[in-house]
Amino acid sequence: MSPTPYLVLATLLFTIGGAGVLLRRNALVAFMSVELMLNAANLAFVTFARMHGNLDGQIMAFFVMVIAAAEVVVGLAIIVMIFRTRRSASVDDASLLKL
Amino acid sequence: MSPLAAVAAQVGETTASTAGEEVLFWIIAPLAVIGALGLVFSRKAVHGALFLAVTMIGLAILYIALEAPFLGVVQVVVYTGAIMMLFLFVIMLIGVDASDSRVETIRGQRGAAALAVFGVIVLLVAVTGRAALPDPVGTAQAAPEGNVYAIADLIFGRYVWAFETVAAVLITAAVGAMALTHRERLARRHSQREQSERRFREGDPKDAAGMPVPGVYARHNAVDTPALLPDGTPAESSVSPVLVARGATRLAEEFATDVGRLGPEPKPGEAESTAERPTEPSDAATSGLPDDSPAAHGTEETDDEPEQDGGDAR
Repeated sequence: MSPTPYLVLATLLFTIGGAGVLLRRNALVAFMSVELMLNAANLAFVTFARMHGNLDGQIMAFFVMVIAAAEVVVGLAIIVMIFRTRRSASVDDASLLKL
Repeated sequence: MSPLAAVAAQVGETTASTAGEEVLFWIIAPLAVIGALGLVFSRKAVHGALFLAVTMIGLAILYIALEAPFLGVVQVVVYTGAIMMLFLFVIMLIGVDASDSRVETIRGQRGAAALAVFGVIVLLVAVTGRAALPDPVGTAQAAPEGNVYAIADLIFGRYVWAFETVAAVLITAAVGAMALTHRERLARRHSQREQSERRFREGDPKDAAGMPVPGVYARHNAVDTPALLPDGTPAESSVSPVLVARGATRLAEEFATDVGRLGPEPKPGEAESTAERPTEPSDAATSGLPDDSPAAHGTEETDDEPEQDGGDAR
């Protein structure tokens, strides 16, 4: 099967994730949209790995997953801490540094 | 002759597997897109998380179809198993009812974002659709002993330094999360004796022995139903204010009509007999509760009580 449908699917998922980051103001939903974008990139990696008959793309996807796990841990800790002090999970409310 | 036959056999095999793969793809891909759209458009964060789990499971199936079984399994275990559950835990911690406000903070931002998304979709789909991509070679040659062996060979061979660095990153992330969520206690923790003394001094003496427990009836035993006082009125203070705020409580009247409809006895007798039962465990609390307005005195106490409990738990 040609890699094009997989790449189009990856593109769609990536842009939908980007739309979630732009449109949603709940920090958790925006964060999940970032995860969706990472997953879409992974799909492209795996598709290209198969297209080239080379496993390096799969290794890259694996490392992306590991880094995503680390990122989720730290990001959720930050969200929980902001919620504790500001009682809000909205990305608009964390604006103390704004002039 | 024999290499040609082998090639022909391989081509026949790949076309057969291609048909099955196409069917699989056209079933899974719409599900994945629906999950992604559900994440963006669902109003509650919990629903968004579940939609995202659907997308991730779909992607795991596609990985397996793309000759990456190891990544498919890792996707299920790490993403759907660990990361999404972490998200769900945090959603539960932060409050399920914390939904988005619909007000635009930046004027015209939503329209601009939709336009940008549309532009990116058109651009990327046009590029990937028009690119002349070769047919996939397949990873059979790169992984003669199987996918897992080949990946292990690469991770612990050529990419071993990246692997070690990633291990350091993971450790740092775990320590960082602990350092971020750790909270120093600024004031001394109140002991149980001090709390009880404060309840006697400042609180309503009627509640000194604790709040009344929620309704425990013959057919219903849950925290979402208020207890009935001896005169048949519901005791509002017996239900957690968190449940009241979420609208997850049942009205005592509604429940009493249920019981009256189901049970053989008439309704007033049932209500009185059920009102007897919740008073037993907290005898001291309810014996002090006369018939006068049971809902009024509970309100100011229920307001600060869970706040203090939550502070202690953290």
